[in-house]
Amino acid sequence: MDQKTKAYAGTFLIAAVLAVAPFAVGGAFGNTWVRVLDYAALYIILALGLNIVVGFAGLLDLGYIAFYAVGAYLYALLASPHFGLHWPAWAILPLGACVAGLFGVLLGAPTLRLRGDYLAIVTLGFGEIIRIFMNNLNAPINITNGPKGIARIDAISIAGQPLSKAIEIAGLKIPGVYLYYYLFVVLALGIVFVSIRLQDSRIGRAWVAIREDEIAAKACGIDTRNVKLLAFAMGASFGGVAGGLFAGFQEFVSPESFGLMESVMVLCMVVLGGMGHIPGVILGGLLLTVLPEAFRHGAGPAQQALFGKVLLDPESLRMLLFGIALIAVMLYRPAGLWPDARHRREMAEKKS
Amino acid sequence: MPLLDVLNLEVRYGGINAVKGISFAVEEGEMVCLIGANGAGKTSTLKAVARMLPAAGEMHYRGERLDRLPSHALIGKGLALVPEGRGVFARLSVAENLAMGAYHRNDNEIAADLERIYAMLPRLAERREQLAGTLSGGEQQMLAIGRALMGRPKLLLLDEPSMGLAPLMVQKVFEVIRNVAAQGVTILLVEQNAKLALETCGRGYVMESGKITLADTAANLLADPRVRAAYLGE
Repeated sequence: MDQKTKAYAGTFLIAAVLAVAPFAVGGAFGNTWVRVLDYAALYIILALGLNIVVGFAGLLDLGYIAFYAVGAYLYALLASPHFGLHWPAWAILPLGACVAGLFGVLLGAPTLRLRGDYLAIVTLGFGEIIRIFMNNLNAPINITNGPKGIARIDAISIAGQPLSKAIEIAGLKIPGVYLYYYLFVVLALGIVFVSIRLQDSRIGRAWVAIREDEIAAKACGIDTRNVKLLAFAMGASFGGVAGGLFAGFQEFVSPESFGLMESVMVLCMVVLGGMGHIPGVILGGLLLTVLPEAFRHGAGPAQQALFGKVLLDPESLRMLLFGIALIAVMLYRPAGLWPDARHRREMAEKKS
Repeated sequence: MPLLDVLNLEVRYGGINAVKGISFAVEEGEMVCLIGANGAGKTSTLKAVARMLPAAGEMHYRGERLDRLPSHALIGKGLALVPEGRGVFARLSVAENLAMGAYHRNDNEIAADLERIYAMLPRLAERREQLAGTLSGGEQQMLAIGRALMGRPKLLLLDEPSMGLAPLMVQKVFEVIRNVAAQGVTILLVEQNAKLALETCGRGYVMESGKITLADTAANLLADPRVRAAYLGE
């Protein structure tokens, strides 16, 4: 087989696996697990967005979830009984990307001179500010409905068909979670495509130069200010899209979905998978969504079978194992689980 | 009219006055060095000229007000900086580093320039695909110079090119610098190694705690007893 046929065969194989995955997973483990796959696709979109900021441009952002929140709340406000607005998803999602991108610039502009730890602290603060705003913007004018959150959000619908309702095609019943799965996967693939194109573009090169040495990047003629702002805006807009999808999918948003822990999780996906390497980030997003879920379901019964009772609460055990897994990865695979070849080589050379 | 004319340049870090209103000039085709001890303000001066630091005073470059241009616009005007500590892009290959030097260009002579630089710096040619971070210090310095040359500069600002290099490597790096100058590139060099800098350049300025205390031809400075006592260890 030559290179081209191989590439076609690979693409076809991936497409086939992605297409049958919900049926296989749903058939074997139940539809709860298809829902987990839906979330995995959402987190992959988020992780790819953060990867632009952290992986490509090297700007450590600990408040990334704020853009997810902006996208989610925008969808919630424009498509729910809260304001009586019912805009269609195809209008809100691009708007969400733009508004989140604008917030990205708002965060980026005052932090242009900061790097590393200092930038991390400021972005962390920004993330919390957005969450606290969502929590408190219910008085004097009720905008976000405060900690109670916004409920009864319209489901995402395509051609008048809400994705939350099952459809029947030629006698085959396709539940709502499957439909969402297909939508999210298609969008995630789109984001992957954009990420790959960005990485190989002039802008992608400029981001790498800034990550490696900012003064040298300026000396090469890169307008570091604009290029950094663009990284923040692009990353944030991906987060905004994911947020809108999340709101339509959940049909409910509240500030507690957008805590610091969520930012940390998304960052872990990027770092664990392999910073700056798109396949690695996808793997990180998938693993960190599916494994904790599997653990949540498996830990209780496993302890029951081993010791006859549940000794440790699965939730705290999950965090414990998560921490151990993170330390193990950083010790044995410091460049991530699936880093790009050259990064791995460099890490290996440093060690020797 | 000099290529670079600096008037009353002043650099402050908070309350500390690192450069206290100095004036100097570089003529086209010259090799000029700025020597002095640690903390004399040499690097601050060079960084201010490269617009990497906010500074007061006037700077004219080919008749244009340099102090009104943003730092990233300088390379397009033919003013390139080889930063202190080399500043190579560690996780990019040698070839990619050199290509970044031509980032602002969109003519079709980039490939030819690349080959010219490989011919001048054969050590880099052998290591095209190697990551810059894995090169030796001297090779990184040469890469940084090569990257700056990819921007086709008229004036090259070099910040401590000998820093942290073995004596043999320092000689090789300076050979490259002389070679670049011979091709018609004007050079402003900041260096702690006063002897080597004065032997390489035509003119020199001596800086002491933010001020220029001596300005003369390199030969006169080399012979000056004050310079010999303070910087050449005699």
